[in-house]
Amino acid sequence: MEPLLSLSHLVKHYATQKAVDDISFNIQKGSIFGLLGPNGAGKTTLLRMITGIFYPDGGEIKLEGKHFDPLLDIREIGYMPEERGLYKKMKIWEQALYLAQLRGLSKADAMEKIKYWFEKFEMQSWWNKKVEDLSKGMSQKLQFVITVLHEPKLIILDEPFSGLDPLNANLIKDEIYNLAKKGSTIIFSTHRMEQVEEICDHIVLVNLGKKILDGTVADIKQQFKESIFAIETSHPQLIKDNALFSILDKADKNPNKILVKLSHAVASNEVLKYLIEQQIPIVSYNEVLPSLNDIFIQLVEDTHAKARAFQNI
Amino acid sequence: MHKIWIIIQREYTSRVKNKRFLLVTFLVPLLMVGLIVGSAYFSFKGTEERKIAVVDPNGFFKDKLKNSKQLKFEFSNDVDTSNYQSKGYTDILLMPLFEGDKKADYILRSKKSMGFNLQETISRKINAAIEDRMLEKAGIQQSILDSIHQSAQIAELKAYEDEGKKSKESNAGLAMAIGYASGLLIYITMFIYGTMVLRGVMEEKTNRIAEVIVSSVKPFELMLGKIIGIGAVGLTQFLMWIIVVMTLTGVGLSLLPADIQNQLQQLQASGGQMGAAGMAQASESAKNIYAFQHVISTTNWPLIIGLFLFYFLGGFLFYASLFAAVGSVVNEDPQDAQSLMFPITMPIIFSYIITNVVIQNPNTPMAFWASVIPFSSPMVMMARISYGVPSTVPYWELAVSMLTLIGGFLLTTWLSAKIYRTGILMYGKKVTWKEMAKWAFAKS
Repeated sequence: MEPLLSLSHLVKHYATQKAVDDISFNIQKGSIFGLLGPNGAGKTTLLRMITGIFYPDGGEIKLEGKHFDPLLDIREIGYMPEERGLYKKMKIWEQALYLAQLRGLSKADAMEKIKYWFEKFEMQSWWNKKVEDLSKGMSQKLQFVITVLHEPKLIILDEPFSGLDPLNANLIKDEIYNLAKKGSTIIFSTHRMEQVEEICDHIVLVNLGKKILDGTVADIKQQFKESIFAIETSHPQLIKDNALFSILDKADKNPNKILVKLSHAVASNEVLKYLIEQQIPIVSYNEVLPSLNDIFIQLVEDTHAKARAFQNI
Repeated sequence: MHKIWIIIQREYTSRVKNKRFLLVTFLVPLLMVGLIVGSAYFSFKGTEERKIAVVDPNGFFKDKLKNSKQLKFEFSNDVDTSNYQSKGYTDILLMPLFEGDKKADYILRSKKSMGFNLQETISRKINAAIEDRMLEKAGIQQSILDSIHQSAQIAELKAYEDEGKKSKESNAGLAMAIGYASGLLIYITMFIYGTMVLRGVMEEKTNRIAEVIVSSVKPFELMLGKIIGIGAVGLTQFLMWIIVVMTLTGVGLSLLPADIQNQLQQLQASGGQMGAAGMAQASESAKNIYAFQHVISTTNWPLIIGLFLFYFLGGFLFYASLFAAVGSVVNEDPQDAQSLMFPITMPIIFSYIITNVVIQNPNTPMAFWASVIPFSSPMVMMARISYGVPSTVPYWELAVSMLTLIGGFLLTTWLSAKIYRTGILMYGKKVTWKEMAKWAFAKS
């Protein structure tokens, strides 16, 4: 299938550094795509090129197989920045109308959609309120509505859940799934790995302006697995280090659960067989995959510590 | 083009619908009228009375110092500097033994210090008294002097401006007042609307609105939409002021008593030249109003107002884009804005100072250059225009000034747009002037 968005060899230089240094990846239509990276990795620059704010210095962006032209294609994109992004003194319906019109919707069309979304998010009662009177969560909801109002093909969300209580976070999350099901593609940029793990199908990790990881969440976890298994037993004291595995120090909340790392080229069933032979009563036995958080830290830690130094070109 | 129109609309309506705008629109003319009436009232009413004891050892000034409303002179010999206050005088004037043929000093001592104007008046009165004494010495009788003082007509200057064959009555006082007022008005509005642009841009940047909008429209459109929208607010404000002032004068005139209105009509019909009998009949107030209307009518108002709107808009566009550029590089700190604004406000203040000089001498080389250079031309040219267009400011000068102003704002808008484009999306870093210059003159 042809990807909705495809970036090839994108380069963006600032006066003193390479913000984006030869990054390529594809985003499939209808997918929820996670763009991850530490602060200053080049995510914002990348997003700004995708939203047409910046022109790339090199490489190409294609939207549905055609060269991306910010002036024409902008209607197909909805961008929600990390926070704020609203006029404080404007009434919220005027605000929504204004931004929808700037994206090319007619007035009548925009009003109809505003009504639909405000009803859906139970926002009608704030209709005439000004943004400065809204709580952070409320304005975040408004911001989300404004982003998706014009039914863009590509929705870019930068930390959409910050400041939301679990109830409202779920509301937005469900809406994200909904939009993806209806065929919208979503780029989701965040530092919160548990959210990525929960929501995203596919991720790309950038660091120091380069792509260092690209794949589906499941594949990446497989790729980074370290043959670690959890054994739950009623008699944990019976398990000792041996030729097949060594016990890891990492304690689990459950004192009956022991984490072991399998020795090189040992199949997981051999361990199971050994445990049965030893007559150790097994409650559960399963492989432990690394969390995205662990992978993120492992990949970024060394470079991240010494914040991004300005690279001279 | 369609999008820039949406932006202009928002910038315009969100400000015009604001309560503060309506308040300013109606309060400023009222305040101005109030100020004029008030200051006239107080200068008339609020003067203090001075009772001055005059110590005049040889009676040289006896009966020669004329009393006025404010100044009462009393001659007495038992007053001195130690007791004048207890005797109820506010001041004491110590005259020397005066013969009138040598230069001499007199001394004025006061309980409370006297204003400059009163001191001037006293000195004038004393010198007039000396003159009278000298004339008397030369053989002119007091009674003749008095009758001369009374019957002497005071001549009034009527200046005319020659424009080809016809000559037009001119009024330097009014020209100066108009020039001063329009210069001041442009100065004030430049600041008000310039900083309005600055604040608007800062709001969009610090609230990250720019990021959302710039993904739908070009930064240049956003900047231009804001500037045009706010400029339109300024124009609306002026038009409202003109309407309010005209309505107020209309209402004021219609509220006059019927007989004064009649006299006014007769005066207007006869061009101010009623027969002696009619003149005598016309009341003082009708004559005053007529004189005022007549003076006002010597000015070419459509020209002045038209050019005022042009120079307001030109000056606004010239400076507004600079304000927008500064607003775009400011990070949240308002103090940054202050220091970055300084190089823009300096030429505005400096132009205002030049205006005050030019208004005295509208034909100097400095006046010419200052009214051609776009940094100062909006204010300085307005000050000169009120003196008459082909006479004081030739058409070619006006054309050059208008063209340089148009060229000037195209240039500042173009340079500012480049700074704005980069600055509006730049966070966290303090931008230096050097960097801004680099952005402005970058090729693409």
